[in-house]
This record gives sequence, structure tokens and C-alpha cells, in this order.
Amino acid sequence: MPVKVEELEQAIRDAFPVSHLEIEDKSSGCGENYSILLVSEAFEGKTTLARHRLINETLKTNIAQMHAFSQKTFTPQQYEAHLAKGQ
Amino acid sequence: MLRSFLQTSASILSVTRNVLSSNLRNPAFRRFLSQEARAKIQAAVQQSPVVLFMKGNPQMPQCGFSRAAVQVLDIQGVPPEKLKTYDVLEDPELRSGIKEFSDWPTVPQIYVNGEFVGGCDILLGMHQSGELESLLEKHDIIPKISTESSSERSS
Repeated sequence: MPVKVEELEQAIRDAFPVSHLEIEDKSSGCGENYSILLVSEAFEGKTTLARHRLINETLKTNIAQMHAFSQKTFTPQQYEAHLAKGQ
Repeated sequence: MLRSFLQTSASILSVTRNVLSSNLRNPAFRRFLSQEARAKIQAAVQQSPVVLFMKGNPQMPQCGFSRAAVQVLDIQGVPPEKLKTYDVLEDPELRSGIKEFSDWPTVPQIYVNGEFVGGCDILLGMHQSGELESLLEKHDIIPKISTESSSERSS
């Protein structure tokens, strides 16, 4: 069953204070391969593993329907540094 | 229904009831990963200093994410004798079991000295930041002096 971008966005916004969010459908339309980038203050003081677990838990039912799921997680501060590096 | 039946039944069933309810309270049992399957995976993650659950094998990865994980471990110079890989495509029980075991929804999954490190995104991120190298050095999987001597191995 294909997963919609809107579903993912809603679920993420319901669960996290979002300062920046990118959701990329990499599936060429079949809705089974997503890549997300989430910048949230909720990640402050958490390891990458813990952050990814939070997202995995939030999107548990959606991820179960996908073939592939990839994520990047930043705190607002880290994201600024990331952008400053010219990415 | 089962619960009330057990609660009202004779004392001969009380042992069963205790086992059942304690199992239900344990997160490990909530998603029906059998104790036997769990023990098997526990043994598997401790089989080698680095354990990778992947799709396919290092020679022929069956998924881009698994391929990336293999490549990162290769670039880091993880010696073959310290790396054990499991092909989840060959074992449906392992494929679903490992997701529950690690509480992680995707494959590949990497363990270092029995401890879950993460999936592909995390491994790549740690590779880029240098954390992976420190972790592997800390666990004596790659030699500590990592300057131009990657072909050398501590034995």
C-alpha cells in the first residue's frame, strides 16, 4: 500500500516541534521509498540512534509499508552548522 | 477471556498464569518473538566483533543500503575475520526477528561487540563524522594508529 507524503508530514508534525522538514519521495511514484530530513529542538541532547528511534516509532506503521526509508536528524543549531558548511 | 479463565481456575494453573502475565509485561514478548528465536539472534550478534545483518552477502549485496554498509566497513578496514554477515533474505525468520530484536524497522543493521549501532543512515553518518573509526578503534577491531597503515593488523 503506497504511503503518502501528507501522511508522513502530518505524523511528524503531530509528534515533533518542527523547525524544518523535508520529505523526499524517492520511489518514482510507488510511495515505498522515502527520505526525510527533520530539524527539531526535540533532538537536543539525544544521540543519533535515539533520534532515529523516535522517528521510527512515530512512523512505525508507515515504515512497515515501505521498501526503503532513510532519515537525517538535526537540532536547529546543528542544521545551521550543516548549512554553513555549504551543503 | 483467557485471563479471567486463568484467574478463576484451579491452583494448578497458577504457574501458567504467572508465566503468561510476566511474559506479557516484558516488551520482548509483546510482538511474539519466541524465546528461542531471541536466543538465536542474541547468539548471532555476539558471534563476531562486528556483525552485519544485510540483504545478500558482501560479494553480492541485494540492496543499495546493504551495499553501502558493506562498503563503509570495508573502507574502515574491518578485517574479514572480525566481520560476520547474515543474509536475511535467506532466512525469513531472521528477517522479521531481527527487526523486533533490535527494535529497528529496516535492514541493514550493524552490531559492534553485541551492541546495536544502527542502520545504514547512522553508519554512514558515523563514518563521515569519524565516530565510526573511534568506535572500531575503541573495540580493537581496527588498529589505533590509523595513519597510512591500514594494511597492518593488530593480531
